[in-house]
Amino acid sequence: MIEFLWLIPLLPLAGSAINGLAGRRLSKSAISLVACGSAGLAFLAAAGVFYGLLALPPEARHIEQAYFSWIASGDFVAGAQFLLDPLSAVMLLVVTGVGFVIHIYSIGYMHAEEGYYRFFSYLNLFLFSMLVLVLAGNFLLLFVGWEGVGLCSYLLIGYYFDRTSACDAGKKAFIVNRIGDVGFVLGILLVFATFGELEFGRVFGAIAAAPSRYPAETAGIGILTAVALLLFVGATGKSAQIPLYVWLPDAMEGPTPVSALIHAATMVTAGVYMVARCAPIFSRAPIAMEVVTVVGALTALFAATIGLAQRDIKRVLAYSTVSQLGYMFVGAGVGAFASGIFHLMTHAFFKALLFLGAGSVIHALGGEQDLMRMGGLRRHLPVTHGTMLAAALAICGIFPLAGFFSKDEILWSAWAHGHPWIWALGLTTAGLTAFYMFRLVFLAFYGEERFSEDTRHHLHESPRSMTLPLVVLAVLSVVGGFVGLPAWMGLGPSRFEHFLEPAFELAVPVQAAEYSHGMEFAFAALSVAVAAAGIFLAHRVYVARPGLADEIAARGRGLYTLLFHKYYVDEAYDRVFVRPLIRSSEDVLWRALDVRLIDGAVNGVGRMVQAQAQLLKNIQNGLARSYAAWILAGGAAVLLYLAFLRG
Amino acid sequence: MDLNHYLILSALLFAVGAVGVIVRRNVISILLCIEVMLNAVNLSFVAFSRYLDQVHGQIFVFFVMVVAAAEAAVGLALAIVLYRNRRTLNVDDADIMKW
Repeated sequence: MIEFLWLIPLLPLAGSAINGLAGRRLSKSAISLVACGSAGLAFLAAAGVFYGLLALPPEARHIEQAYFSWIASGDFVAGAQFLLDPLSAVMLLVVTGVGFVIHIYSIGYMHAEEGYYRFFSYLNLFLFSMLVLVLAGNFLLLFVGWEGVGLCSYLLIGYYFDRTSACDAGKKAFIVNRIGDVGFVLGILLVFATFGELEFGRVFGAIAAAPSRYPAETAGIGILTAVALLLFVGATGKSAQIPLYVWLPDAMEGPTPVSALIHAATMVTAGVYMVARCAPIFSRAPIAMEVVTVVGALTALFAATIGLAQRDIKRVLAYSTVSQLGYMFVGAGVGAFASGIFHLMTHAFFKALLFLGAGSVIHALGGEQDLMRMGGLRRHLPVTHGTMLAAALAICGIFPLAGFFSKDEILWSAWAHGHPWIWALGLTTAGLTAFYMFRLVFLAFYGEERFSEDTRHHLHESPRSMTLPLVVLAVLSVVGGFVGLPAWMGLGPSRFEHFLEPAFELAVPVQAAEYSHGMEFAFAALSVAVAAAGIFLAHRVYVARPGLADEIAARGRGLYTLLFHKYYVDEAYDRVFVRPLIRSSEDVLWRALDVRLIDGAVNGVGRMVQAQAQLLKNIQNGLARSYAAWILAGGAAVLLYLAFLRG
Repeated sequence: MDLNHYLILSALLFAVGAVGVIVRRNVISILLCIEVMLNAVNLSFVAFSRYLDQVHGQIFVFFVMVVAAAEAAVGLALAIVLYRNRRTLNVDDADIMKW
């Protein structure tokens, strides 16, 4: 099956081409068939490849397939080559699986849209780019996928291009990502300058083979630390970490399936994947790892506090995504790359589900996104309510749902690898997560109905094509964690981690302190208790005493406004970066450089030619006799020259 | 009468014709002056033909005569068109072909 690896990204590309070129003339059902068919077939192919990989012994699970040489210039060679190992195999399944489910959901959600074919063409193109990203066997191809998903993200955020806010959000996402990409490209260039290679296998092999040349840089900043930090700058852009997280909440302007697929489940996790892929570099750069950990933990806490006070259902989920991505970076940063990827996978399930559930709510309410105008929906939308409840419990980390295992794994790794403060931050975030997530659930589905009578008439549970994906993802959110049961349960070491081991064999393992299983169990119990406390508190505030929330907000007015306005970060960025840039562009680049220098030079040349022509034009005066005189004078001059000067 | 006499006469005739082309304003006069210039050249050809005892020069003269006839036909036609359009034979009034 593994030889069909190339088919996996090519199927969505074909679907995108068909819908993009001929979609205008196709019926909606044909468009859906092409889009979902290609995504579904890609998923089947990915599953086949996955089983092919499982059949191999663990040492052999590293397969490189080169298809053609893409760039060959002197010493520099970059091929179109794919790398299949446990890490990319897990990503393959997550991307195609969740992607397929969301394609199905989109049929129902987008059925009334004008640019139906455009939407599915972009969505398939996104799948293609994402699959190139996770399968890439060298840094350059990874970058191609990296930019491809960025492009699709831009196109899909700006899907409603007649809305100014959507266009602005798309541009913001694109520009903020460009800032991160500067670091990413510099990192790739530094890799090439150092190793003369961009292939993952050879670069990591070179590092592992020469421990004297590339030691673990504990003392100071060496070349590996520089590479790791530059690559991480790219990751902060793509994966929405401090300080470049600002684009993700605005990206919610796109259609909800896009938020679920691109801005929750897959694309934004590309940074985590990249860090895990470059584990051999990162694990030898403790300073970079420290940066990753601290940025991740701070982002997790920071975004969670903003999520407490947002009123837009999708924005709450967006900040939750930023926060959960922070967790994944904490996992990678403390050296537990497998736990970061584990959380990536479970998060893809429950966060996609949360977004799709939110989409179902928005769909039912005719476009309403304000939590304050919902309430009591559980009677009207039973399936959406049930599945979202499962997802919310999963993200809170309630035993035995998927989020419990992955989040607990990360928190435990943080503690065991000697980062008690990071663990404390993570635990606090877990409590906040439980609170704001159940605030969302209670405000939307419980309490009194706060929507208008008019909306009430249109209320309906979503069609089958939308509820079925919800149920599938709910099942995954519940059982998805069982692939990585922790060791303290007495069933042996985590199977998920064991499966991923070959992908990280070139990384330097972190020295973990030895703790008893009882201690691990106690920590797990503690984090469940914190999550339960968060849920209980949310219940007290939003269900038991509905007026309490406003009372608290009124008492802590300053803090509440600060959180409601997202710490004024957008305003600060606007003041410090955006407006000075615009002003200098207008005053210096436009009025001085462009108008004066460039336009001046061009117009000056024109005026000079004109002035000379003013003199010369007098010769052409239209008088035949003067022309005759000139001819005669010319002839005479030639004669004189021939007769006297030429000798 | 040696060759030089013919050549001097020819040069004088040519100069008279050339000055006439430049100085005169009437189209007919200019055409006549051009004829004078052509015939000055013919005189040189014939003189050289006789002096060198070769027939080439005389053949050239026939060519020049043919061209002169054609030129006269075209030139006079132009003069008529000019007069019809602008009611004048003064070339300085036909100066609209300029910048």
